[in-house]
Amino acid sequence: MDVFLQQLFNGFSLGSILLLVALGLAFSFGLMNVINMAHGEMIMVGAYSAYVAENWFEDLMGSSGFEYYFFFALAMAFVVAAVLGMALERTLIRRLYGRPLDTLLATWGVSLVLQQGARSIFGAPNVQVTTPPWLQGGIAVTGDFSMPYVRLFIIGLVAVCMAGVYVYLTRTSAGRRTRAVMQNREVAGALGVVTPRVDVLTFGLASGLAGIAGCALALIGPIGPSLGTYYIVDAFLVVILGGIGQLIGTVVAALSVGWLNAILEYQTTASLAKVIVFALVIAFLQWRPAGIIARRAAR
Amino acid sequence: MDNNQGDPVMRRLFSRRRLLKAGGALAITPAIAGVLSACGGDDDDDDAPSGGSTTTTGGGGDTIKVGILHSLSGTMAVSEVAVKDADLMAIDEINAKGGILGKKIEPIIEDGASDWPTFAEKAKKLIQSNKVACVFGCWTSASRKAVLPVFEQNKALLYYPVQYGGLESSPYIFYTGATTNQQIVPSVEYLLKEGKKKMFLLGSDYVFPRTANKIIKAQLAASGGATVAEEYTPLGHTEYATIISKIKAANPDVVYNTLNGDSNVAFFKQLQGAGLTAEKLTTLSVSIAEEEAAAIGGDIMQGHLVAWNYYETTKTQENEKFVPAYHSFTAKSGKQRPTSDPVEAAYISVHLWAMAVAKAGSTDVEKVKAAMAGLEFAAPEGKVKVHATNHHISKTVRVGKIRKDALIDEVYATSAPVEPDPYLETYSWGGEFAKEKKG
Amino acid sequence: MAMSARTSTLTSPVPTNRLLLLAREAAPFVIAAVLLFVVAPSFLSDFRQNLLAKFLCYAILAIGIDLIWGYTGILSLGHGVWFGLGGYAMAMYMKLQASGDSIPDFMNWSGLESLPWFWAPFRHAWFALPMVMAGPGVLAFVLGYLVFRSRVKGAYFAIVTQALALIMSIFFVGQQKYTGGTNGLTNFDELFGMPLADESTQHTLYYITAGLVLVVYAAALWMTRSPFGRLLVAVRDDEDRVRFAGYNVGLIKALVFAVSAAMAGLAGALFVPQVGIISPANLGIVPSIEFVLLVAVGGRGSLMGAVIGAVVVSWTKSTLSESYPDTWSYFYGALFVGAVVLFPAGIVGFARRMRDEAAHRLGGRTAGVPAAALEGRPSDAR
Repeated sequence: MDVFLQQLFNGFSLGSILLLVALGLAFSFGLMNVINMAHGEMIMVGAYSAYVAENWFEDLMGSSGFEYYFFFALAMAFVVAAVLGMALERTLIRRLYGRPLDTLLATWGVSLVLQQGARSIFGAPNVQVTTPPWLQGGIAVTGDFSMPYVRLFIIGLVAVCMAGVYVYLTRTSAGRRTRAVMQNREVAGALGVVTPRVDVLTFGLASGLAGIAGCALALIGPIGPSLGTYYIVDAFLVVILGGIGQLIGTVVAALSVGWLNAILEYQTTASLAKVIVFALVIAFLQWRPAGIIARRAAR
Repeated sequence: MDNNQGDPVMRRLFSRRRLLKAGGALAITPAIAGVLSACGGDDDDDDAPSGGSTTTTGGGGDTIKVGILHSLSGTMAVSEVAVKDADLMAIDEINAKGGILGKKIEPIIEDGASDWPTFAEKAKKLIQSNKVACVFGCWTSASRKAVLPVFEQNKALLYYPVQYGGLESSPYIFYTGATTNQQIVPSVEYLLKEGKKKMFLLGSDYVFPRTANKIIKAQLAASGGATVAEEYTPLGHTEYATIISKIKAANPDVVYNTLNGDSNVAFFKQLQGAGLTAEKLTTLSVSIAEEEAAAIGGDIMQGHLVAWNYYETTKTQENEKFVPAYHSFTAKSGKQRPTSDPVEAAYISVHLWAMAVAKAGSTDVEKVKAAMAGLEFAAPEGKVKVHATNHHISKTVRVGKIRKDALIDEVYATSAPVEPDPYLETYSWGGEFAKEKKG
Repeated sequence: MAMSARTSTLTSPVPTNRLLLLAREAAPFVIAAVLLFVVAPSFLSDFRQNLLAKFLCYAILAIGIDLIWGYTGILSLGHGVWFGLGGYAMAMYMKLQASGDSIPDFMNWSGLESLPWFWAPFRHAWFALPMVMAGPGVLAFVLGYLVFRSRVKGAYFAIVTQALALIMSIFFVGQQKYTGGTNGLTNFDELFGMPLADESTQHTLYYITAGLVLVVYAAALWMTRSPFGRLLVAVRDDEDRVRFAGYNVGLIKALVFAVSAAMAGLAGALFVPQVGIISPANLGIVPSIEFVLLVAVGGRGSLMGAVIGAVVVSWTKSTLSESYPDTWSYFYGALFVGAVVLFPAGIVGFARRMRDEAAHRLGGRTAGVPAAALEGRPSDAR
């Protein structure tokens, strides 16, 4: 029973991580039709931001207030990744709208450059961040069932991000403009929405979310130049499985993959579980090519 | 379409245009030929067969060329860059003392890019184009296996500096890292002596962990231990919650960890998150050295066990000089890095080769090979000696415990260097491995 | 190439001169043959020639990718899988030859006692060699038919094939007993009795590869000019219209996908004896994306462009990494970006534009059809 609960929690946690890395993609890929292979490197940028933020905090404040550096790191990760994303949109992506497959190749090139850049700046070996004391350890529910604080924190962070995105899209004028442009670019433009500005903001938001994901992942995984490559395919698959342009679909897809993976991995092995889950996703797309939640009506 | 048919100029142009079109893409093909010949010529080597340039073999010319072949990009760069620096530092040391045979050593660096076929390509390039006297390189067993036929077919020398899964002794490779009986077997003996009999074997899904675990299982079966589970995760795996559940369920005395690279970071961070600290669960790792421990975090790795032949804290006279030298060498190129076992093994390899060349009076591969046998070197880890036949070196085995500052304290060491036995022929339970030995 | 030739004959009012047409058709072959069989061997060292042979393997694969991407508008990010399967088929044969009567070394240390049943037939060249192309071809046809039938296309298809590449590489790594794991298959002795270490063997392999490039190029050229080839372009430009015209689009796509996969398999099989290793890394995501770059740089929709792109990109990568072992990734990354942004029609498209501009300057007006109309950038189907 403990094991079952533990795996239920692990699956939920994995699902939340997948959701966090896929959330930004749901914007750039789902809404803007840009296949951003450098999304993984935005995650990496976020993770390195956590590292830099920690060092700054240590230098500036010493030990006092150090434990709260992580909130500053999250904000910094968001801003750095978002600015980088906006610069990328302005210089490169902008020239490639309507050619999604070309965006894929170009951003792959960008990802190579960013990886090498990280190697040049921070050195080839991994770097590390200290987990803030209040995130160490976990809640031991029963003997073998425990919920690490870090994982609970990530689940909470995802919830906050989702809520933020929801509020942004439905309650703010910038968000409404985003939706307008994504639903019908021409009409939105005709009605006075400055579409290029919406594009750059949306892409910045997508990258910023990846930055937050990277910052959070720094707590449970490595921080190195190759970090982004570990998550990129999973993230794309989750977005496609969920249905392009469907945030709810993305949520359902991420949690399904998380749970399926946790169950299968416990029964079999990590390698086999991954193979089976991916194969199932592909098979599912045979059955429902548009994903779990299909886009209604015309764009 | 154009009503220019009557215009002679236009007609001429048109037919010219057609011809050009016929050439179409071909207009570019000569450009390729240009690239080909340019590339053939501009290497600093005697590439073009028809070229009249003088042949500079590894031993000829004003310098002795050696190749350095490590991953400087891709996933393995994390580890291999440090080893490259160790090679370069040793070469600097030798050159500062006047080189060998009156010549300076000139390193030629190539990037294996964490891709095995690329390793094979670059090895071929170093041997055939640059005519290097030997190559120092590789980290993963896969890259070594990829270049092994290249070195054997070209009768060239490779010095391999990393602990590995044994069961190999190529006539053209010298192994300066530990083979299994200099790391894995003694560390399991140590654990058994400490009363840790139930082992959970966890590794990355590739050849070294599977080979290591096969050996451990045979050893445990012969010495009264037990394997409670054996798990593998893909290289680069970063999600260990389920593995941790399995560990809890199996309740082992010790987790014997052969995970590699980034997976270790994820595993230990998540292990600590799940409340399994070193006090509650003993782990022994064979791929975590000072650098990796620092990248995971000393606070997380504190108290976990590792097995190697050398630590930065190892107390020898040679190490007192070696550590600061490496610190200042790496500081020059950016960030000061700790020494580690593979770094030290790479350092040994360059010095052993240089000693062999000096002894043989030549860089000729067969003469150097002959000179290598029985060579002794006062290494930072203590005295090492090249085995007479199997191309490995004797090494002291050390089990260590990681400190909060991510350095490692020795908790156990063999009293003398252990002779290399890559096929485990001297172990009663090693029969199934000994039969791997060819001819 | 093919399209431009056809378009110009359709639009040009000048009567076609059969002889000229023949010369035009034959010229690329003659020049390529001279370059490959005469120029390259006399200018290149053994090592460089061996490298060129490897790049020519990529050229065969690039022609296959161009068929599906440039002509049919399908972007596959999983062609490493077909390349790898062809390579493994060849490697299994060679590994068994090298192992003699015993089972391959890696099976031994992975705990297998006897040869698995699916390995056994690879002892025979008559089985292994056809499997090099038939294996990837048939598998790609079945998978392709299933996927295309449910109208997965564009970016979806690209990502699904990428996932396939990831699955296959993890699977091959995980099945170490049967595949050699991460190490892959390596340490071969000979091919059909010729020792691989001999220079003469490597020279022979080079000429075989170069010859096969020409054969595959000719086959692809023939295919694109056939009615089937026109269908492919029609599918690329407006899939629905082809469907409404009564064609089974799924079948057409699956067929060309299978042909493309078979070419990739052939490329993989030629790669193995010359490089000496095939490993799961070859079927992964990174090489698969790099394969697409070959065509993007050369010029999609142009078969000659694919060949040129394969050689130029691979050569550039090799040379860059030799000259700048620490920083070559920057240049290589920039190559991706530059190819897409600055030269969307690739080297061939760029050459055409230069040529037309020259003609424009000379004649004041563009004769015939402007190049931009001919390049036919794939309509990036979604």
